[in-house]
Amino acid sequence: MAESRHLGDIILKIDHISLSFGGIKALVDISFQVRRGEFLAIIGPNGAGKSSMLNVINGVYHPQTGTVTYKGETRHHMPPHRAAELGIGRTFQNIALFKGMTVLDNIKTGRSLKIKPNFLMNAIWFGPARREELEHRRKVEEIIDFLRLEDIRRTPVGMLPYGLQKRVELGRALAAEPDLLLLDEPMAGMNIEEKQAMCRFALDVNDEFGTTVVLIEHDMGVVMDISDRVVVLDYGRKIADGTPDEVRQNPEVIKAYLGVGH
Amino acid sequence: METTGERSVALSDTFPKLLLDHLKNRPARPAIREKDFGIWQSWTWGEYAAEARALACGLAAKGFKRGDKLGIIGDNRPRLYWAAAAAQALGGIPVPLYQDAVAEEMVFVIDNAEIRFVVVEDQEQVDKLLEMKERIPRVELIIYDEPRGLGHYDFPFLDSYEEIRGLGKIFDQEHPDFFLKEVTQGSGSDIATILYTSGTTGQPKGVVLTYANLMTTSRNAIESERIQPDEEVLSYLPMAWIGDHMFSYCHAHIAGYCVNCPESAETMLTDLREIGITYFLAPPRVYENLLTSVMIRMEDATWLKRKMFHYFMGVARQAGVAILDRKPVSVMDRLLYAIGGFLVYEPLKNVLGFSRMRLAITGGEAIGPDLFAFFRSLGINIKQLYGATEASAFVTVQPDGEVNAITVGKPVPGVEIKITEAGEVIVRSPGVFHSYYKNPKATQEAKNDQGWLLTGDAGFFDDNGHLRIIDRAKDVGRLNNGCMFAPKFLENKLKFFPYIKEAVTFGNGRDEVAAFINIDITAVGNWAERRNLPYSGYTDLAGKPEVSALIKECVEQVNRDLAADSHLSGSQIKRFLILHKELDADDGELTRTRKVRRRSIVEKYEVLIEALYSGKDHCPIESQVKFEDGRVGMLKADLKIVDVRTFTPEELKKAS
Repeated sequence: MAESRHLGDIILKIDHISLSFGGIKALVDISFQVRRGEFLAIIGPNGAGKSSMLNVINGVYHPQTGTVTYKGETRHHMPPHRAAELGIGRTFQNIALFKGMTVLDNIKTGRSLKIKPNFLMNAIWFGPARREELEHRRKVEEIIDFLRLEDIRRTPVGMLPYGLQKRVELGRALAAEPDLLLLDEPMAGMNIEEKQAMCRFALDVNDEFGTTVVLIEHDMGVVMDISDRVVVLDYGRKIADGTPDEVRQNPEVIKAYLGVGH
Repeated sequence: METTGERSVALSDTFPKLLLDHLKNRPARPAIREKDFGIWQSWTWGEYAAEARALACGLAAKGFKRGDKLGIIGDNRPRLYWAAAAAQALGGIPVPLYQDAVAEEMVFVIDNAEIRFVVVEDQEQVDKLLEMKERIPRVELIIYDEPRGLGHYDFPFLDSYEEIRGLGKIFDQEHPDFFLKEVTQGSGSDIATILYTSGTTGQPKGVVLTYANLMTTSRNAIESERIQPDEEVLSYLPMAWIGDHMFSYCHAHIAGYCVNCPESAETMLTDLREIGITYFLAPPRVYENLLTSVMIRMEDATWLKRKMFHYFMGVARQAGVAILDRKPVSVMDRLLYAIGGFLVYEPLKNVLGFSRMRLAITGGEAIGPDLFAFFRSLGINIKQLYGATEASAFVTVQPDGEVNAITVGKPVPGVEIKITEAGEVIVRSPGVFHSYYKNPKATQEAKNDQGWLLTGDAGFFDDNGHLRIIDRAKDVGRLNNGCMFAPKFLENKLKFFPYIKEAVTFGNGRDEVAAFINIDITAVGNWAERRNLPYSGYTDLAGKPEVSALIKECVEQVNRDLAADSHLSGSQIKRFLILHKELDADDGELTRTRKVRRRSIVEKYEVLIEALYSGKDHCPIESQVKFEDGRVGMLKADLKIVDVRTFTPEELKKAS
């Protein structure tokens, strides 16, 4: 599949990023690039700095040194809502949904950036406001269809099993129509079937909408089959960057994952 | 307008001609709906005809000719029904396939029916066909409805429905007379469709049905059951099954009612409710699922609601059926029933989506008396039907007011039924099939020279002239003590318990009757949760001693009932075991319509059967399971064999 798809220009460039919390160095001099339409996995053992990396990309953390260039715009400092406006969507490692709201409403919250703030018009449900609302609903329904959530559309998220909640979270991220989608361990804690389904959906997103996907995972097996490229982190350092095959052969990666005799 | 419409409808002898009648007489009436993106989209008969025309022209442009077969694979979707109509318009033959069939079954049908063109729903089916492409060399063109995930597929034999439709529109402009000319060439004696029976034994057989078969049978049934043009029907059963073909295609064409395609299999119950269907066909297991879901929700309801529910269901049991059958009922009962209607029955029917139901039909399997009584006592006119693919579905239906759980009713107009000396039910009707496709030997075995269909079912007429089916004729056997052994009769009795999903009994040529049981994971799982009984999955739950005891009670109850029946008291069940896996069509243990494949089960579980008859109290087993993607896994378990108490009629009397 990777061959048949051609990748575009560089959408995201990470340049010599270092991040530390007090004395703890979470990320040390990390550089890599992501091209438009690419499916990139960042892997590494627990505590390798994967989530920190993601948080740097969408502006939650501010690195001490280095720059992030997104769509040609270089910045040192960016608030997360600005990241969302620029088309960076994400899901979280521990699900961050509104548990009491239905699947449909949760996904709709993902549209909030696209809603033009006209409180009065929305309140009286008239003219352009009504058209806009219908348009948002149509978009949400497309996502429900895409992620096969039809049967639980009206179910409060809190009542759903974990695997489905993860899928709803993906749905909410998609509702913002992101150009770059950051997935933070979307498959953690899932059984094999749920993992397969999630892989399928992540690939479909990449395939159908051309969305660039950066996915974090600590389980190597899962990502090797689906990624175009893999970046491996260990103790905040980048130890490998290449195709799944190259990474698999890399002695440092083997060491990080299998460990050495004590 | 309506009267001329009806007259011309009566004259039309093929479905495409009927479609043109509808185009003329009722172009703005809804014909088919589909829930898509959360909204019910509908198409009128005029649009139905236009869609069929466009696709037919597209197929013709691609080289589809009179007599060609069009394979159809997928869930119930308007486009797939239009595809059937398009093929028939060109004098072709639609062949719907079971979409969940494993590769071998599909290859067999595609090859046997000489299918050249296939219309499928989505990527899943395309992938399936691509995988078997080498084994189905005759297939020239695969047309898919849903383009999702297929963007990167680049095969010369793969086209989207949209493309073919577009091609058809151009073709139609260039050859404006083509479509009508093709439709008028069809005649009632042509083959309308080939439906492959899932077959409890061996390879599937293609049942060839003509327009005359399907249309005459449908017209008779519509007339006798007073089916109206404004019925709403849900189309959710496999398209390859005669039941769906009849309800969603044949009857819809003739009566002109509207067919509704649910959003997905999982949303069926919600969709049912949104539409408020009026005419419903379902095998007993669907009603059973409905009842189970009601019961589970009632268990969780508040004390007051639960009390109210049980009290008024008691009232309904007493008076509801009599009221439905227009029999005399005391004023007090009527009053209570009316209050119950307001407080319980109507809200319940609304939740089930049965508020507007005029006629619900169950068929394909025997229905449990309690289940049957539950729905009837709510005032839902549910009736039993007996039929076969080879007889265009309708053989007998229970007339209004003569409904009961045991018989299957009286012959539909136009149907003759005889019972042979051997006790087999044979049928002659306008609906009796043409032949099995390319299988004259099987045709001869199933249809005699005078056109009688040998159903293979054992049955008899009761005193009221109702047909009663006991079992498959070849399955009825005898125990060594001479007592009659009707396995399906026993299995149905077992299956009427909510905890038992499937049962297989043995006894022919044996000293006693023994049974395999499949527990119902929903019902037993819920029961276990209530008792704080932890379990990890089916195999674990099935192996619990508490579950064994639960099932044992059910089996003993069956034995008590049997003891009271003089013909069958000798066939009480002595021993049983709970299987470690659910019987599954993918493992060849059930047919696609979920009927037990006795022979393959006997072969596969020979060890277990021997253990049942050897006096052992447990038996280890290892068996293969096939997953949907074709992978194979192993399942190991040690099964406990349970002895059950049997009863004599004297004991029963003493107890009471």
